[in-house]
Amino acid sequence: MIVPASEFVMILPEIFVLSMACIILVLDLFLKDSERNISYWLAQLTLVFAAVITLSVDPDETQLLFFGTFIADAMGAVLKVFIYLVAGLAFLYSRHYLSVRGLFKGEYYVLGLFGVLGMMVMVSAHSLLTVYLGLELLSLSLYAMVAFNRDSYPCSEAAMKYFVLGALASGMLLYGMSILYGMTGTLDIGLIADTLDRGESSVPVVFATVFIVVGLAFKLGAVPFHMWVPDVYQGAPTPVTLYLGSAPKIAAFAMIMRLLAESVGALQSEWQGMLVLLAVLSLGIGNVVAIAQTNLKRMLAYSTISHVGFLLLGILAGTPAGYSAAMFYIITYALMAAGAFGMIILLSRAGFEADEIDDFKGLNQRNPWFALVMLILMFSMAGVPPTVGFYAKLSVLQAVVDLDMIWLAGAAVFFSVIGAYYYIRLVKIMYFDDPADDAPLASDFDLRFALSANGVVILLLGLFPGSLMALCSQVIP
Amino acid sequence: METIYLAIVLSPLIGSLLAGLFGKVIGRSGAHWVTIIGVAVSFVLSVYVFKHMVIDGGESFNGTVYTWMVAEGMRLEVGFLVDRLTVLMMMVVTFVSLMVHVYTVGYMHDDPGYQRFFSYISLFTFSMLMLVMSNNFMQLFFGWEAVGLVSYLLIGFWYKRPSAIYANLKAFLVNRVGDFGFLLGIAAIAMYFNTLDYAEVFAAAPSMSDATIEVFEGVPWSALTLICILLFIGAMGKSAQVPLHVWLPDSMEGPTPISALIHAATMVTAGIFMVARMSPLFELSETALSVVLVIGSITALFMGLLGLVQNDIKRVVAYSTLSQLGYMTVALGVSAYSAGIFHLMTHAFFKALLFLAAGSVIIAMHHEQDIRKMGGLKKYLPITYWTSLIGSLALIGFPGLAGFFSKDTIIEAVHASHIAGSGFAYVSVLLGVFVTALYSFRMFFLVFHTNERFDAHTREHLHEPPAVVTVPLILLAVPSVLAGYWIDPVVFGDYFGSAIQVSASHDVIGHLAEEFHGAAGFILHGIQGPAFWLAMAGLLTAWYVYTRQPDLANQARNRFSLVYRVLQNKYGFDRFNEIVFAGGARAVGWILWKLGDVLFIDGLLVNGSARVVGWFSGIVRHVQSGYLYHYAFSMIIGLLLLLWWTIGFVPNG
Repeated sequence: MIVPASEFVMILPEIFVLSMACIILVLDLFLKDSERNISYWLAQLTLVFAAVITLSVDPDETQLLFFGTFIADAMGAVLKVFIYLVAGLAFLYSRHYLSVRGLFKGEYYVLGLFGVLGMMVMVSAHSLLTVYLGLELLSLSLYAMVAFNRDSYPCSEAAMKYFVLGALASGMLLYGMSILYGMTGTLDIGLIADTLDRGESSVPVVFATVFIVVGLAFKLGAVPFHMWVPDVYQGAPTPVTLYLGSAPKIAAFAMIMRLLAESVGALQSEWQGMLVLLAVLSLGIGNVVAIAQTNLKRMLAYSTISHVGFLLLGILAGTPAGYSAAMFYIITYALMAAGAFGMIILLSRAGFEADEIDDFKGLNQRNPWFALVMLILMFSMAGVPPTVGFYAKLSVLQAVVDLDMIWLAGAAVFFSVIGAYYYIRLVKIMYFDDPADDAPLASDFDLRFALSANGVVILLLGLFPGSLMALCSQVIP
Repeated sequence: METIYLAIVLSPLIGSLLAGLFGKVIGRSGAHWVTIIGVAVSFVLSVYVFKHMVIDGGESFNGTVYTWMVAEGMRLEVGFLVDRLTVLMMMVVTFVSLMVHVYTVGYMHDDPGYQRFFSYISLFTFSMLMLVMSNNFMQLFFGWEAVGLVSYLLIGFWYKRPSAIYANLKAFLVNRVGDFGFLLGIAAIAMYFNTLDYAEVFAAAPSMSDATIEVFEGVPWSALTLICILLFIGAMGKSAQVPLHVWLPDSMEGPTPISALIHAATMVTAGIFMVARMSPLFELSETALSVVLVIGSITALFMGLLGLVQNDIKRVVAYSTLSQLGYMTVALGVSAYSAGIFHLMTHAFFKALLFLAAGSVIIAMHHEQDIRKMGGLKKYLPITYWTSLIGSLALIGFPGLAGFFSKDTIIEAVHASHIAGSGFAYVSVLLGVFVTALYSFRMFFLVFHTNERFDAHTREHLHEPPAVVTVPLILLAVPSVLAGYWIDPVVFGDYFGSAIQVSASHDVIGHLAEEFHGAAGFILHGIQGPAFWLAMAGLLTAWYVYTRQPDLANQARNRFSLVYRVLQNKYGFDRFNEIVFAGGARAVGWILWKLGDVLFIDGLLVNGSARVVGWFSGIVRHVQSGYLYHYAFSMIIGLLLLLWWTIGFVPNG
């Protein structure tokens, strides 16, 4: 059982992030409150260097490491880089919010980095056990982050709900994994796939698949496993919502790819049916209920649910085109979500959360540029050309239409039309209503700059979607 | 040469843009100078191209300038086809346009929209050149719609007058009907030929002559006939043929230079030009030619009759235009394309002359247009008088003047034709000659002879308008006299070469050419024919009735009051359109508003869905109770749902 040193090189990014998280954890204890910036900058540097290391160790060919428990491939590398990027954005947007509320502590960044590590493990897992390890590392970090503002009653309540339901979902996932292990005699995803490819699909395997799908659906927040999403999104502090609503979605996509597409790929016809059900329910409930919301964070939570419906459409296609469309969708969605929550942070100040939809009234008169950025983000979420959201939806729908599931594509379009209402209502409020207050927006340069860049990128990716699309279809196995 | 073609098209456009966008900066004189120079450049270069092509015998040009896009093998391009047909049109368009530009300096002198007007008419020249120089249907349609747009803008130029707005809306809507047919025709061409290039379509046309299409179940139609009739519907709109003629008389609400340029000399002849250009297609469908012939002859006779009861000087000329357009269409119908184009050219000169002369009278009379309030203007407006006389004689086909040659050729061609409907057409065009002479000289005598019927105040200010008005009149009078002598090469010679194709069985012009022995012989032959005597009879009748026995006209009006009322109501076309089409459209609109908008969209979709969403979110809010055990319970239910849903999919489950 000797592992060659070259295999340790391949997991250098994980080792690096883990080490840095530990270093920051210890170092933060010795810092004064006025020196917290050091933790922040170290966390950001960690992400930057992790990206550099990931790209430099990226192998030309897919490699299985550590007795088949870990996989190094191009898809993993790309997803990891986007996870760093989105997590870095979350850190950046959060600093202003945390510092004006006296919450600017090292824990947020340490937990955030541990969460990133968990996502990295999920992305590169090639064994049921590794998947579970990564998932739990991420989830535990998220539970703690939601409870981060421990004096706040809604935060604690949200954390409690998230924890209990998450534990339940983890239990179901584990149960499914254990049945799968019992039926195939292995934890290795590749070997499971080989075994299932050979044999007939038996009821216990389908049974196991159902439990795995439930675990994944909970992680994504697909209906009817979505109940935690609105409560947690609304209850958690905005920076945590921002973190939780963006990067982990990318990791969840990777987990779906590893678990559904690879390990139980042989049962595609079974899980396709399940995903159709989940997708239609998510699209319907997400879009319709979002209309009735007055809280922006809660509205974005339901919007997430509807976007998950679209993501599932791409995955259930089960074709390389579908997978790459789903990957494109989730990456661009993470960027849009980061931007939207970043806007809430920009408008907030001490004692004022700016998370009601009415808080965006007349933003155009207060600051036309950021009203435009928000307009781009909302149009992109609604799928209005030429923003990137349009191409994301289009490519997913194309994958579904290629399967001759026209009715499904039609349903998706129908619900997006309903969904467009609440995005565009926000635009209407920003541009045509009178401002309710005229306090200046947060003036931190980095926040303003990054948000502007975020909006511009959403627009540019919409105008030139080709390279990211090509990247996605290239790395899908 | 390509550069020259581009320059011909672009110089009016540049002039138009300068006058339109920077009108305030360059001022009034700046605006007329840039546009006049722009059009003058076009005219001079057109003359050069004419010399190159006709006198030096240069090759015709067919090439692409710019490829807009390629879609499924169909190329959408901007390109020029410049052959002898094109160059003739270019000469006519740029010459008349130049005259009108100059004339406008005097006519619009005090108008606040001076720069805007110049910008529009230059834009018109650009559009018309794009139309005639096109080598493909896409650009043809562009030019077609662009001239329509400018026409719309110019009819409503005095946009504060309700009547002008009514007229331009009417012109726009009626042209929409024609353009819809035209667009369908182009679409049919794209469908059958998979190309929009003229040369490719014409080359492939003979092989398509057996293709059929079932527009109605079980009734096969020749595809080419359908295409030709659809294209001709477009021509009927633009060239104001019955029943799509109703917009042209109302278009006289626009300023007079526009009536001369657009609604007499150039734009309305676009349909004639288009059919001539499409001669390789029309020759393959005798049915389509018969339709063209019958529509044309109805227009020629019945629109002329309406000219008899009009009292507005411009409307008389307008109905005369309608009738003459009918003559051109008749020529197309009997495959005498060259005669049609020849009449188009001569008509452009003398009709522009008549309109500008009418404008000159209107200026002198301080914008009085009713001929019942004129009379005896001969001594006040000598230049206008003599040029009008030339124009009117040319119009009625007085031997030796331009109109005589072109109109007589058409009449002879109809006589020689054996196509279905040619008998009716022959009677119509012959009677039309009498009617033309009658209404032309009725107006001429009432305006320039007879007693003065205006007040002393008007008389004091009555004098010949300035040189910018009279010089164009004189310059237009010259070709009105002389252009006819060009008949030998243009009509009977091989001037058009391959630009116009006539199949041997329809070749009436070839038949006439055998008997043609020079212009003098043609005149001699004409004097012996019925057309000349009918024209003379019309002229004399007008002289006798309106100068000698003015009561006779009133008596005739009372005696034939029914006929008079029918003519006064313009055969009821306007009334019919107002009740059936306008009323019908309003009724449909009302139904759609009530049923579609108020009930279905507002009531059912918007408010209904809002209610559904409200109801639904009420339920969801109830489920989303905030209690942990409710959430866990919903997960369990979801799990069971998925299990039930999936195990059902396993065959042996």
